[in-house]
Amino acid sequence: MSLLFYNRSFLPGIILTTVFAAAALISLVWVPYDTTILNIAEKLKPPNLAHPLGTDQFGRDILSMIMVGARTSIAVALVAVGIGMIAGVPLGLAAAARKGGLLDEVIMRMNDLVFAFPSLLIAVMITAVFGASALNAIIAIGIFNIPVFARLTRGAALTLWNREYILAARVAGKGQARISVEHILPNVANLLIVQGTIQFSLGILAEAGLSYVGLGAQPPTASWGRMLADSQTMISFAPHLALFPGLAILLTVLGLNLLGDGLRDLLDPKLRRART
Amino acid sequence: MRLTKLGSGLISVLALAAGISMAHAKSDIVVAMQLEPPHLDPTSAAAGAIDSVLYSNVFEGLTRFGPDGSVNPGLAESWSISEDGKTYTFKLHEGVKFHDGSDLTAEDVKFSLDRARGEDSANAQKALFAGIESVEAVDPTTVKVALKEPNGSLLFNLAWGDAVIVAPETIADIKSKPIGTGAFKFSNWVQGDRIDLEKNADYWGTPAKLDNVTFKFISDPTAAFAAVMAEDVNAFVGFPAPENLPQFEADPRFQVLVGSTEGETILSTNNKQPPLDNPKVRKAIAHAIDRQAIIDGAMFGYGTPIGTHFAPHNPDYVDLTGLSMYDPELSKELLAEAGLADGFTTTLKLPPPSYARRGGEIIASQLRAVGIETEISNLEWAQWLEQVFKGKDFGLTIVSHTEPMDIGIYARPDYYFNYDNPAFKELFEKLTVENDPDKRSELLKEAQKMISEDYVNGYLFQLAFPTVANAKIMGLWKNQPTQATDLTAVYWED
Repeated sequence: MSLLFYNRSFLPGIILTTVFAAAALISLVWVPYDTTILNIAEKLKPPNLAHPLGTDQFGRDILSMIMVGARTSIAVALVAVGIGMIAGVPLGLAAAARKGGLLDEVIMRMNDLVFAFPSLLIAVMITAVFGASALNAIIAIGIFNIPVFARLTRGAALTLWNREYILAARVAGKGQARISVEHILPNVANLLIVQGTIQFSLGILAEAGLSYVGLGAQPPTASWGRMLADSQTMISFAPHLALFPGLAILLTVLGLNLLGDGLRDLLDPKLRRART
Repeated sequence: MRLTKLGSGLISVLALAAGISMAHAKSDIVVAMQLEPPHLDPTSAAAGAIDSVLYSNVFEGLTRFGPDGSVNPGLAESWSISEDGKTYTFKLHEGVKFHDGSDLTAEDVKFSLDRARGEDSANAQKALFAGIESVEAVDPTTVKVALKEPNGSLLFNLAWGDAVIVAPETIADIKSKPIGTGAFKFSNWVQGDRIDLEKNADYWGTPAKLDNVTFKFISDPTAAFAAVMAEDVNAFVGFPAPENLPQFEADPRFQVLVGSTEGETILSTNNKQPPLDNPKVRKAIAHAIDRQAIIDGAMFGYGTPIGTHFAPHNPDYVDLTGLSMYDPELSKELLAEAGLADGFTTTLKLPPPSYARRGGEIIASQLRAVGIETEISNLEWAQWLEQVFKGKDFGLTIVSHTEPMDIGIYARPDYYFNYDNPAFKELFEKLTVENDPDKRSELLKEAQKMISEDYVNGYLFQLAFPTVANAKIMGLWKNQPTQATDLTAVYWED
């Protein structure tokens, strides 16, 4: 247990992630100011006691905007990673079980096809064709998570299929599907969790990028990327408008990456043995 | 020692050279604007960017707009109107030459007007010429225009960029190589970057003071700010980010001209889409809107509130903002009367300019306060033209109507906001044939009241036209009576 807290990556990672996750959760029930009500008279106020992070060009409280924006970012990234895992992991397991077979070929070549396109560009295309919304952003980002998880699962599962305990399970008469779920999946879970954290941070970046070009969540839903885009022409006289959402993106992504690193160190038995 | 001598000699030569160039007044200018023209024929496209580059600089009409919106003689030095008001005889200036060296004759005028009003004409403002019965070239410098009915606004109509005079010999290449009669000649177009013009040495009128003009196209507001600050451009007409203007005002290197435009910025409403087809609902929307908050929030204070579709600087303007005062309580009552006490949901489609994007967020919040939910979608111009302007698939949208004196669009039932009122059409027909200035003024005022009382659209504000320029540039237009960047009188102060 003490190991958890002495790991150099894990501790700052979990702290940063918790802070933003907490901000998002709190924003569901309470924010300092309602972000859908504009108060033009209060616009462009620098940070002060009433508004710790200042107000934006419409007089909205930036702290509240960042809390609601955290919710948008986390929701989009979380669901997108979920799509990737739910579709990608079974595909990877199936491909590994039928290594070299037709099913393996079909699944992996389809993955290659998706991988061949630059993901953010296709995400832009999807949202441009089907309309800009948070939902379409989720789908666009989610689709590109599928091959990531499928490949990772297949690769890890392939080495497991040669182990003696799998052989024992087969001798005992278990089917491929049952072995995949009962013996393979638990042994690749640690890898999936680590990759999931990394994909989660990439998802947040992708959401911010799509919102920045106006293809993510639409107003009045607050979003970090759009806050950045809207503040561009005002950086010279109201830098707090760009600073705080920029920091929010930076710290969340940094936190998730550190968390991913830390989890890898902690969950990987080989690394753990080497250190002790 | 010798080296030092050489060095100091070099410095003095350089200083001398610098001194010489300092003494000369600058004769080149780089003017930036946001939108690039799709092509260079003002007589066959609606894109205002074409006129912004070419109007008066390269192409001229029989009459022309002055900086204050007045209609002045252009290629026609004088004209006479027959007793019945149906025949206009224009006397052209002597010795006017096109940029290719050919003479301007009455035949060219006849060609241009016939081309603009012809069956297969691609002119974006064909209605301007609709009243013309025939055009006749009496002699090389006299043109007779016969009208079907008297038309009080013919001289005004002929001043538009869509009515400029072109030559039949050069019409085939006009979209890439415009040949006009203006004080500047077209020289080069680097697509996506700039258009170069040079002084026309053989100009018939007062010659231009500048030798070379470059129009640069910078669409991104952040890049626009950087280009002006770094003095990469000498002037930016129609500066896109009003929030940056105070910084330029505080900087002695620059002058900021905030002029008026013909741009009525309105919350266009689809008058045929329920529940917006109910005048009570439109009235409720009008009372839910706080114009000053929109002007302050979206335009940083630049803009004049309007209560109807008419430019406030026009002498016939009536201030009707009182008909749609900000009163959310009244708005809620009206919604309840219309059977929509619980509010309703509609779409709000926004084109790219910041007045629309920012104004849209503010309006959405104001409408939400009275129970009207809006689904905002941000569109590019092409999508907006397709979905809203042509497809009429919208509930609400925000757009600035920059054409001068365009109240006539309310007499067109097929226009995108679907306003179909026979009474207004009748009124507008009366106005078209009326020649008496006093009666015209009466009718114009009545027209303004009619659309305002019908709450056709939400009338927001008159768009301001900010120009940021080097403090030493003189003679720029401050106002935009038509879309134009007339540089014929512009010069650098020593």
